[in-house]
Amino acid sequence: MADTATPIIEIKGVSKVFQLQDQTINALSDAHLSINKGEFICLIGASGCGKSTLLRIMAGFDQPSSGEALMWGKPIAGPDPSRGMVFQDYALFPWLSVRDNIGFGPASRGLGGAEVKQIVDKFIDLVGLAKFANAYPHQLSGGMKQRVAIARVLANDAELVLMDEPFGALDAMTRERLQDELLEIWERTKLTVVFVTHAVEEAILLANRVVVMTPGPGRIESDNALDLPRPRDVASPEFNAIRRVLSTKLHSHHGKKAA
Amino acid sequence: MAIVETASPAAAPAAVAPRSGANSTWKRFKPTVLALIVPLLLLAFWQVATTQQWTRLIPTPYQVAEYMVDFAAGGIYDDAYSATLTTHLLASMSRVYGGFALAALFALPIGVLIGRVPTARMLLDPFLQVMRPIPVTAWLPLSMILFGLGAKSAFALVCLGAFYPILLNTIFGVRSVDPKLFEAASMLGCRGNAQFYKVVLPAAAPSIFTGLRLGLGLAWFVIVVGEMTGVPQGLGAVIMDGRTLSRTELVICGMIVIGLAGYISDRVVVTIGNYLLRWSPNHHG
Repeated sequence: MADTATPIIEIKGVSKVFQLQDQTINALSDAHLSINKGEFICLIGASGCGKSTLLRIMAGFDQPSSGEALMWGKPIAGPDPSRGMVFQDYALFPWLSVRDNIGFGPASRGLGGAEVKQIVDKFIDLVGLAKFANAYPHQLSGGMKQRVAIARVLANDAELVLMDEPFGALDAMTRERLQDELLEIWERTKLTVVFVTHAVEEAILLANRVVVMTPGPGRIESDNALDLPRPRDVASPEFNAIRRVLSTKLHSHHGKKAA
Repeated sequence: MAIVETASPAAAPAAVAPRSGANSTWKRFKPTVLALIVPLLLLAFWQVATTQQWTRLIPTPYQVAEYMVDFAAGGIYDDAYSATLTTHLLASMSRVYGGFALAALFALPIGVLIGRVPTARMLLDPFLQVMRPIPVTAWLPLSMILFGLGAKSAFALVCLGAFYPILLNTIFGVRSVDPKLFEAASMLGCRGNAQFYKVVLPAAAPSIFTGLRLGLGLAWFVIVVGEMTGVPQGLGAVIMDGRTLSRTELVICGMIVIGLAGYISDRVVVTIGNYLLRWSPNHHG
């Protein structure tokens, strides 16, 4: 299915430097990454490894200090509905109901009321929130809020879904449910997903490819293709073997710098 | 190796006994009863103080109550103030709501400008910060020179009183929008000026509402000063007349009416606000 000729996202030698008073922080240093349509990529690493910075550059929220970030071969100039972001703290519009949050993108594109309603109905069903269509975000649990955030991005026809530790604030049971639901949606819609996490297990459970990043300066340590069959069993020996390998890579920078 | 599932102990006996009728009645009326304790104590103290003649200048609660009836409906004293309560109340209300509306008309756009446009902030903020501590009473003489004796001056002073709380809360509201919401809006295709209407204004609505509520409260608060400008009608005018005529019962009646009118006005605003801001977890009070 995936068109392997042109990658959907290409990151070519991207660095990001932040100036904090007198300090210069190398958040990301010379990153190279190419993502094909339909892939599920996890960016994993300790805090300060630049994984969120890389994600924000892909979203268009930040511009690289040097290097190029391309989507379908064209530079990413700013945020765009084709690249939807799911934030860890949801960033739902608190004054809009579930229905209106999901319809925000379609309405911003200038679609008519009937069309927006049709789209909203479809995605509200997809994430199983039909009963809560008229609730406001503060009335929802964390898991439900994140479902709304996912539906909001999908309703806007995003080709690429960028997720910044989306399940980090949820309890373990809710997290597992949402992981399953996300995989199901991904398999059904053939989306491309870039998912940032610091949990090795989550990355192995979800991804086709796990990109391990290390801090100080933030850089890509390795790019690991996973060919474990799905559904994946976290307790299987194969799963644990991969976990051991990735954990070693994650901590590889400790030799250089005491942690 | 297996996990043995043990049967859960028998469900604990129902711990919560059905609530007794007396208990739930008390719960329902508790707020009202508690709210009445302090006013009733004060009333009792007033009664004792006046009947014991600790002061001869303040009438008894009964005299004031009797006068209040005459003030509202007439038929007891039939003097110049009998049955004039409605006239004075309406006169004051027109100044309170008119001055408040005028204040909102200026404060909202200026607040949005100062909050969102750095140049406007540098231009206006220092000036307004210096003007703000000047009390409305201090403006009274100047206001009478600028707007003349009478209603226009009263209007201007009430407007001035309501202006700053609306302004400051509007500035605060439009400045403290969660930056994530701008990112969320722009990745969903809402950019530039559209973000002002679809993100900034709704996000600032709770603060703006708080400003409007405080502004209306202050409009009632300064109405007496506003009506020191020589207007013939209004609750403030009644209080000033009562003072000159040494009719303390008139003064107290005016005070009670202002208190009640301000309170009812605030409850109405809060009820409207709670409905409009029902999405906000912080607006259910």
